[in-house]
Amino acid sequence: MAARQKLIGALAFLALAVVAPFAPAWLVSLATIAFANGLVVLGLVILWRAGLVPFGQALFYATGAYTIALLGRYTGMRDVFVMVAAGAAAAGLVAFVTGFLLARYRDIFFAMLSLAMSMILYGVLVKTETLGSTDGFHVATGTFLGYAPQGTAHDLALYWLVLAVCALAALAVATYFDSVAGVLAAPVRDNEIRVEFLGISVNRLIHLKLVIAGLLAGVGGALAALVVEHVDPNMAYWTTSGGFVFVTILAGAGSVAAAFVGSLAFELARSIAVAVFPGEWQIALGTALLLTILFLPEGLGSLVTRLRRPRVLDKVASPKTAPEKPGAA
Amino acid sequence: MSAILSVRDLEKTFGSIVAARDITLDIPPQQVVGVIGANGAGKTTFINMITGHLRPSKGSIRFEDRDITGKPSREITRLGISRSFQVAQIFPSLTVFENMCVAAAIARGASGMLARALTPLRARETLAEADAAIELFRIGAYRDARSATLPQGVRKLLDIAMAIVGAPRVLLLDEPTSGISIEEKFEVMAVVMSALRSRGMTVLFVEHDMEIVSRFAERVLAFYDGTVIADGAPAVALADARVQAFISGTRPEHAEAAAHA
Repeated sequence: MAARQKLIGALAFLALAVVAPFAPAWLVSLATIAFANGLVVLGLVILWRAGLVPFGQALFYATGAYTIALLGRYTGMRDVFVMVAAGAAAAGLVAFVTGFLLARYRDIFFAMLSLAMSMILYGVLVKTETLGSTDGFHVATGTFLGYAPQGTAHDLALYWLVLAVCALAALAVATYFDSVAGVLAAPVRDNEIRVEFLGISVNRLIHLKLVIAGLLAGVGGALAALVVEHVDPNMAYWTTSGGFVFVTILAGAGSVAAAFVGSLAFELARSIAVAVFPGEWQIALGTALLLTILFLPEGLGSLVTRLRRPRVLDKVASPKTAPEKPGAA
Repeated sequence: MSAILSVRDLEKTFGSIVAARDITLDIPPQQVVGVIGANGAGKTTFINMITGHLRPSKGSIRFEDRDITGKPSREITRLGISRSFQVAQIFPSLTVFENMCVAAAIARGASGMLARALTPLRARETLAEADAAIELFRIGAYRDARSATLPQGVRKLLDIAMAIVGAPRVLLLDEPTSGISIEEKFEVMAVVMSALRSRGMTVLFVEHDMEIVSRFAERVLAFYDGTVIADGAPAVALADARVQAFISGTRPEHAEAAAHA
């Protein structure tokens, strides 16, 4: 990512942070959850670029969420930084372990295997009565390095925390996309044999992508649990995973920013749809996705990048030599 | 001259089928070797065993005095043996330049997965190497064309160009001219061979066109029924009665009988 894009990104995050105190409370709360979920979508973008669509990313989302919920319930730990780090670590560990199996599958088999894994966690959570079974349980309110705000101040602090985490994650993922391992997404999708014969293990590349995506989903889940102050097994259910895939398609894999813009657009659209057509909001959202696939197959992000030819190494190729007439090999 | 590649008693069986047997040979550095034989004679099995795509059932392969028998292909690639494919293996959604950048970046990248994740792609050397290879194989006219749209000959050149960016010492070309029109064949082969010679590579190429073999190979390995039946300078090997027989389509056993009669 060029320095200019990093600057634009930083300014955008700064602007989002500055306007928050003047925005209505419902919007701040909606944006907080949208950006937390945007982290999960960012992970899906990494996988999607390599041709992988997991229908079980909620496994890591719920792992992150339940980790901080359990910390709050059974320990005295209330610090959000420690709790979120613990959620990320737990989800990353689960992603690392399940990755040994998942990295060996592709296409629909990959999608179904990841779905199956998340449904195992769902089943376990539903059956565990000490964790509230289907009702879930309350998540203790977090503190910020000893600062324990209440009410609106707390909501704002949480919003800023989510924003800061998103900014860091966006920077890290942008750096990853510029690295050798990150750029090998389209090549993996295109031709695994060639990648192997260039001297790189495709399975290990995918394993790394799975761990990064799992970490991001864990952080997203942990933050979401702090915002909602409640966890329940639905966080691991396949419709939750499906929602993330929905937003990923809506956002497109074109850029890092698209994950957050797409997630915010989705939450807004859902809120508006629920308010306007309380009984039929799914129809409205479904129509939105259909229109996106028909008219913006590369997602909302392509509205910005449309003018350029979408390429994987976009800044690499300088238009030095225009392709001449084919025929002279 | 010590050999860069040494093969001893190499054998590959699939159940009761013997795909390759009793292959013993040494290849000195910078030699250009043509590998010939009818379909099913064991040429590709031989190449696949050297590149680690197939694990030999018996025998050993040494590369620069290191035993590489049965090692995984990506490890062998990293050691310095590279290959191209009968059907060009490229990344169709990327441009020619992007294909080369990916190949160059992998070749330059650190060997650990985490270290590689942090290696930036757009290192100046990577871009320079990509352009140098494009120049070397004279496909600059297609530099920014999506590789899915390339003509067959350019695809093959790109495939070979991608195989050499890691500066391998040994390069195996599986039918470099297959799928290319007769008029283009010699031109493509001339570009490939001058490029590879300029980099001082040892080359083994599988080829069905005997004119190409006799023009470009310094040595010929003729495969029949899983093993090498003739090994020597093109003029000698191609003149062998049994080799002549499979070139012309009769069974070498009959030719042998006829030769002895």
